[in-house]
Amino acid sequence: MEKRLANWGNYPAISCDETTFSQEDQVQDFISTHSSIIARGNGRCYGDASLAQHSVSTLKYDKVLAFDVTKGIFECQSGITLDQILDIIVPQGWFLPVTPGTKFITVGGAVASDVHGKNHHVDGSFSGHIIDMDVITGNKDTITCSADNHSDLFWATCGGMGLTGIITRVKFRLKKISTAYIRQKQIKARNLEDLIRLFEEYKDYTYSMAWIDCLQKGDTFGRGILIVGEHATPEELNEQQRKAPLLLAAKRKLSVPFNLPSFVLNTLTVKAFNWLYYLKNTKREINNVIPYEPFFYPLDAILHWNRGYGKAGFVQYQFVLPLEKKEGLVAILQRISDAGLGSFLAVLKVFGKQDSLISFPMEGYTLALDFPVRKGLFEFLDKLDEIVLQYGGRLYLSKDARMKQEVFWQSYPNAQKFADIIKTYNGAKLFRSVQSDRLLLTE
Amino acid sequence: MPTVLILGAGSDMAVAIAREFARNKYDIQLAARNVAAISALEQDLSIRYQVTASSHAFDATDFTNHAAFYMALPKAPDVTISVFGYLGSQEKGQSDWNEAARILHTNYTGAVSILNIVADEYAARGNGTIVGISSVAGERGRQSNYLYGSAKAGFTAYLSGLRNRLFHKGVHVLSVQPGFVYTRMTENLKLPAPLTAQPQDVAKDVYKAVIARKNVIYTKWFWRYIMLIIKSIPEGIFKKLKL
Repeated sequence: MEKRLANWGNYPAISCDETTFSQEDQVQDFISTHSSIIARGNGRCYGDASLAQHSVSTLKYDKVLAFDVTKGIFECQSGITLDQILDIIVPQGWFLPVTPGTKFITVGGAVASDVHGKNHHVDGSFSGHIIDMDVITGNKDTITCSADNHSDLFWATCGGMGLTGIITRVKFRLKKISTAYIRQKQIKARNLEDLIRLFEEYKDYTYSMAWIDCLQKGDTFGRGILIVGEHATPEELNEQQRKAPLLLAAKRKLSVPFNLPSFVLNTLTVKAFNWLYYLKNTKREINNVIPYEPFFYPLDAILHWNRGYGKAGFVQYQFVLPLEKKEGLVAILQRISDAGLGSFLAVLKVFGKQDSLISFPMEGYTLALDFPVRKGLFEFLDKLDEIVLQYGGRLYLSKDARMKQEVFWQSYPNAQKFADIIKTYNGAKLFRSVQSDRLLLTE
Repeated sequence: MPTVLILGAGSDMAVAIAREFARNKYDIQLAARNVAAISALEQDLSIRYQVTASSHAFDATDFTNHAAFYMALPKAPDVTISVFGYLGSQEKGQSDWNEAARILHTNYTGAVSILNIVADEYAARGNGTIVGISSVAGERGRQSNYLYGSAKAGFTAYLSGLRNRLFHKGVHVLSVQPGFVYTRMTENLKLPAPLTAQPQDVAKDVYKAVIARKNVIYTKWFWRYIMLIIKSIPEGIFKKLKL
């Protein structure tokens, strides 16, 4: 049925049809009779990566197939969301090996975006934990692939934005935990220099990320809060928590019920928010033990927070720069600060080394910022792209809604190899998205 | 642990109902024509909710095998939920008897055949709950789906009579009248969002109604009032409407 579909940024929105499946033969039938198809999970990529004329929703293909509680191996259909998996594995003493900042994504989406988390510098991205998976390719057969078996398909599917086909089954390794809590430390940094120094100082922590106030100038330019954490041991819990160390109390969720008018977010309100966020930590350092949910998923507590950006939507701009190109970070933050285009949330993280075909992470600094869609924004982002290119960085395809094709081809060193593998498995361009057409991967 | 039998376990609504009961610690017996198609759900229920789940071959229109099917279950279920249904094509069914027969037999005769057997067993034991998922389409025939609607009307009347008979035996019968629901069955229909339920909403309503021993529920709840209005339109006007 024809409907209007947009992903998390509410930009762009397109008119398309969406079909569901709960059996493999149903999706096989569908792809035999349609073209211009892209798989779509929970729609939490920000831009146009999972938009196409025919969207195939995996959300009803969501069964758990096996869970080895002793070895920590989980096998499921691709449409199950991470929040459902956490509900199953955490009480049994296991955790996701890698999780992004929202648990409302599907496993298929985690693979197609090759998601990273606060532990990238220690554990790498999601693809490093996959044992094997099934993909229905453009040749209409289901292929089981892994790092050793059909490895070209495997690596082009991890971070491949669904362009090799529909991921249907994934088997992956979990991480052992003894409590559902995180021992976290928050440290205030006066400016960017200070913050980067803190990252270095605390690099042995499994989880780390920092929040940055982009609107500061002068001495406090790039001030922020570094947040690091470890899975807590039972001894670190208080008496109440220790009664059931693997269980969390259910919490009520807040929701933004409708799109807020776009004037709600302006330089003044964003400044006020950032100011409050920074000052709420009255001490330089805070140490506490908190449930895993607010640590990993602070924004999931507010359902539909994306509506805060209004009807026109927003884009999230996430780039990575090589470790030695710290000055690029300064240059970009400077631009944003000068333009006053306002970012509600700016998150900085240091990536570790990663070898992959087309995944986003590489060793260096990654920064993610939100920009409400408004006049002049895209021209401004094009300018930022130039700086990213100049410093040898690249943009995250899962957040992208507007990058020019030449930026993609210049910044991803394996772009041609990736395009060649797409040709092998999806030669007839059965699977293509608005994004892949824009980036000339399927044109 | 109590056990629930789900007849027609392949549908989206059945998946949601099975999960809702499993979440509430019921063991689950899944019955569907194609057992291979429900084996993933069987795994899913036992891993997610740590209940015992099993799969059984059941064809609603294969009446002669219904008794044998029910006898062969590993345990007599405490709750039996008839979820299966077939919307079919009204247009095709108007001239193609095979299509019309499939609609009538799946939605009505098949349900009567299996629930007769369950009802006798429950009556003999003096307890148990039977749930029939019927449809608001059965409350007034419309040109767009009166084959399906008339079969559901028959099913609704059957459930009402069954409730009357079994009340005296201590057996509870629940009629469920869903309005629009987002499922694969309705994927190609344009449904008005405020009036349309998710399968999970229906499942929650069914579970609550089983526990509260309700007689008839509408889901979403306001369909009771929508149908009151639709039923009160005089036939002279109704026949002229394009519904």
